[in-house]
Amino acid sequence: MRLILRLPKLRIMIEKEQSHHHLLKQMLRIRMFEEACAEQYSAGNIRGFLHLYIGEEAVAVGAMELFSLEDAVFATYREHGHALMRGISARSIMAEMFGKASGCCGGRGGSMHLFDKETLFLGGSAIVGGALPIATGLALANKLQNRNRLSVCFFGEGAMAEGEFHEAMNLAALWKLPVLFICENNLYAMGTALERSESETNLVRKVESYRVRCASVDGMDVLAVREAVKRAIRDVKELGTPYFLECKTYRFRAHSMFDPELYRDKSEVEEWKKRDPIDLLSNILRSQNLLDNTEIATMRSVVKEEIDDAIAFAEREPLEDVDNLYRFVYAEESLDG
Amino acid sequence: MAEEVTYREAVKRAIDKALDEDERVFVMGEDVGRYGGTYAVTHGLLEKYGPDRVRDTPLAESGFVGAGIGAAIGGMRPIVEVMTVNFSLLALDQIVNNAATLCHMSAGQFNVPLVIRMSTGAGRQLAAQHSHSWEGWYAHIPGVKILAPATVTDAYGMLLSALEEPDPTLIFEHALLYNMKGLLDTDDFGNFNIKSANVAKEGKDLTILTYGGSLPKVIESANDLDAEGVSAEVIDLRVLRPLDDETILASVRKTSKVLIVDEGWKSGSLSAELCTRIVEHAFFDLDAPIARVCSEEVPIPYAKHLEEAALPQVEKIVAKAKELVGSK
Repeated sequence: MRLILRLPKLRIMIEKEQSHHHLLKQMLRIRMFEEACAEQYSAGNIRGFLHLYIGEEAVAVGAMELFSLEDAVFATYREHGHALMRGISARSIMAEMFGKASGCCGGRGGSMHLFDKETLFLGGSAIVGGALPIATGLALANKLQNRNRLSVCFFGEGAMAEGEFHEAMNLAALWKLPVLFICENNLYAMGTALERSESETNLVRKVESYRVRCASVDGMDVLAVREAVKRAIRDVKELGTPYFLECKTYRFRAHSMFDPELYRDKSEVEEWKKRDPIDLLSNILRSQNLLDNTEIATMRSVVKEEIDDAIAFAEREPLEDVDNLYRFVYAEESLDG
Repeated sequence: MAEEVTYREAVKRAIDKALDEDERVFVMGEDVGRYGGTYAVTHGLLEKYGPDRVRDTPLAESGFVGAGIGAAIGGMRPIVEVMTVNFSLLALDQIVNNAATLCHMSAGQFNVPLVIRMSTGAGRQLAAQHSHSWEGWYAHIPGVKILAPATVTDAYGMLLSALEEPDPTLIFEHALLYNMKGLLDTDDFGNFNIKSANVAKEGKDLTILTYGGSLPKVIESANDLDAEGVSAEVIDLRVLRPLDDETILASVRKTSKVLIVDEGWKSGSLSAELCTRIVEHAFFDLDAPIARVCSEEVPIPYAKHLEEAALPQVEKIVAKAKELVGSK
């Protein structure tokens, strides 16, 4: 079982030639995975909260493959894309959302709480801002043990109104910790627009007051994200200090499956869709005659195969046994050393 | 060899030993370093171990408790000191939503070997915002372990044992205990027990269940009761989560009468949980309704006479015990 689940991860590693085609395919992969999630939600196979990443794919795709497997990654409840890019298999994620035993958390976490020890993927946190202090503490552990590793924390701009954001920024800067904060600014904290929740809407300016090094990038442009994250990693590794990267992006779908989207105009969404990250990259490649429709169709069919397989897997796998309800409330294995 | 030390000194020696023997251990909290600890528990350790291992934090409870969680996941063994239980409310998100859940949510992939110490309790005229007893409330939460040392031996041994735990362990030190003296024998701490309640005094007429800062009051009450011909058995709960049902129920079955003494409030409390467990498992062993002496259901007031009236006191405990034994 373990081996089967890990195969797609291996495939990504082999494929990881980092070409533009690869980036395009990964964005398509997340897009189509999320579309499949929406369908499975409508079919009643996925329940609870489901937050789709559609529109924001360039951030995870541009960033995630730049981290080593020793780096720790923390994400939000909108993390399917990050998990896929980290190498957690589509099967494992889909099975988790179906509440199955072979899901990456045995059906205990669901959509919002994907974890994977092997790749140091630490969730999947559903309390906005809550992972920031933990990522900071993990960076402290790295520093105290002289490990030249990153602690990476993704969060939305909504987190920047939380006290925990400010506490984490202060600690990370004060203690000079190697942590990379990546803000996915999609302009809405659920339904509350940035200008309705922040007195200072220039997020970089907010963070600069903590003496954290900062940058802002077009989060719809996967190539720009990639370059910005490369620079950020270099900065953190060389200086050993925190770095804040704002990725300006947009969520095309509703906040969750329960959101009637009363807070924004359809025209605004349509305007942003003109900058769809998948189209942006496709257009660049097309303009250079590096991509034709056949290639896109092939990519889609390969991705569809993977996702269909994940759904079939999730459907046929057994549910987590209720007898295991109490497992893992406390740790089962003794501590190392 | 046994030596008489204060409860404060016992905690400090345990921290000192842990820092000395395990390089993964570090202490972090408000004023633990240069100030020497609000209750002087960490006094002198900064000079001995340096600022990386005795780490002063800003006033950011959620931030540094969360950082403790991250550091624990990252291979360290942090001892996070939250100055008082009252301020721990500012770190509730990290304790309840993260420390307590990560192991289960991740199906055991990530565990949080974190020790959080804090002072608790009332009795020093510090008024409503500095007199809480939230340990019973924390005991409500699956995923954490809750310890309440009431003796110098437990103050020392529980901290060292908590550092061996793979799960987040919260230690509640009643502020009035820090100056209490007792015999500490540090030679024999190989398999220190942090699972069981302790029969602090044997008796036959009634069982008094208590823990932490109330234990000395209950022992004094039990001695007074002895003088009046009432033999009270005193159970020091020690571990508030998971509760040691076996020891509790064995004593209940022996004496058939139960008095619970807890500085927490009654409503929705640890004392209520103890009552329920006894009723669920030993109802037909009881000869009288279970009695409680807890804090009055008011914010703890400042003035000495008002504060004393609000808290469990020896006179109240003795009176309630006699009433209980008198009833058939």
